[in-house]
Amino acid sequence: MTIGDIINQLSPDSFSIEPDRDIEIKDVYVSDLLSDVMANAGEGSLWITLQTHINIVAVASMKNMPAVILVNGRKPEGETVQKAASEGIALFGTDMHAFELAGRLYNMLHG
Amino acid sequence: MDHTRKIDGRFNLVGGDFTNAGEASTQLKKILQLRGVKDSYIRRASIATFEAEMNVIIYTPAGILRYDVDDESIKITVEDMGPGIEDIDLAMQEGYSTAPEWVREMGWGAGMGLPNMKKNSDVFRIDSAPGEGTTVKMIIYLNKGEQS
Repeated sequence: MTIGDIINQLSPDSFSIEPDRDIEIKDVYVSDLLSDVMANAGEGSLWITLQTHINIVAVASMKNMPAVILVNGRKPEGETVQKAASEGIALFGTDMHAFELAGRLYNMLHG
Repeated sequence: MDHTRKIDGRFNLVGGDFTNAGEASTQLKKILQLRGVKDSYIRRASIATFEAEMNVIIYTPAGILRYDVDDESIKITVEDMGPGIEDIDLAMQEGYSTAPEWVREMGWGAGMGLPNMKKNSDVFRIDSAPGEGTTVKMIIYLNKGEQS
């Protein structure tokens, strides 16, 4: 599953940089606790969260994540968008809630 | 790159400065990468440092993070001017937190910070007393002879 596949199949809103569509996503992590993400998310995962503040970028960057998807129609804060752009991390958003989005991505990855 | 050279440095941490949270961790990661330290050690140091930064930012007015790297180890010391910890054993318990509600809403303060720091270091020492601030010392040993 590539970032391009996700864009094509889920049509998320894009808030940050235009991501490299060829980036391969091998794992997805769902959590709203930032220490949990730091401790347990795989390197290079895609991250599903409802947190919208600037710290999600530093956490994503630390885990070498290419993209974060915000759920429940949440929009990132302005400084989050700026920092994501400067760190080269794509920020997406969707009206889906975490379970539905995770299910769709799970099927794309393992279905 | 001269790998036998010792490097050290410090970062000043400002309480409440969530905007720059993770900056010390990011800088240290770059320094370790330039030095050619193996990724698995860099990951551990990054997590330990980020969590230490968060504790200073959430609970204290200010602190200093010092790092010391040589061929043997990465040493990280974080000294803060915070209120200190009353019961260290309790603070070390996974899930225990004294963070205020608004910090928890940000997804911090889940009681994972100190345990994450301990898990990611080979030596972990915490000295604290109420009214005297907190000092955390962490060492990550870099095993020799492994491929980097």
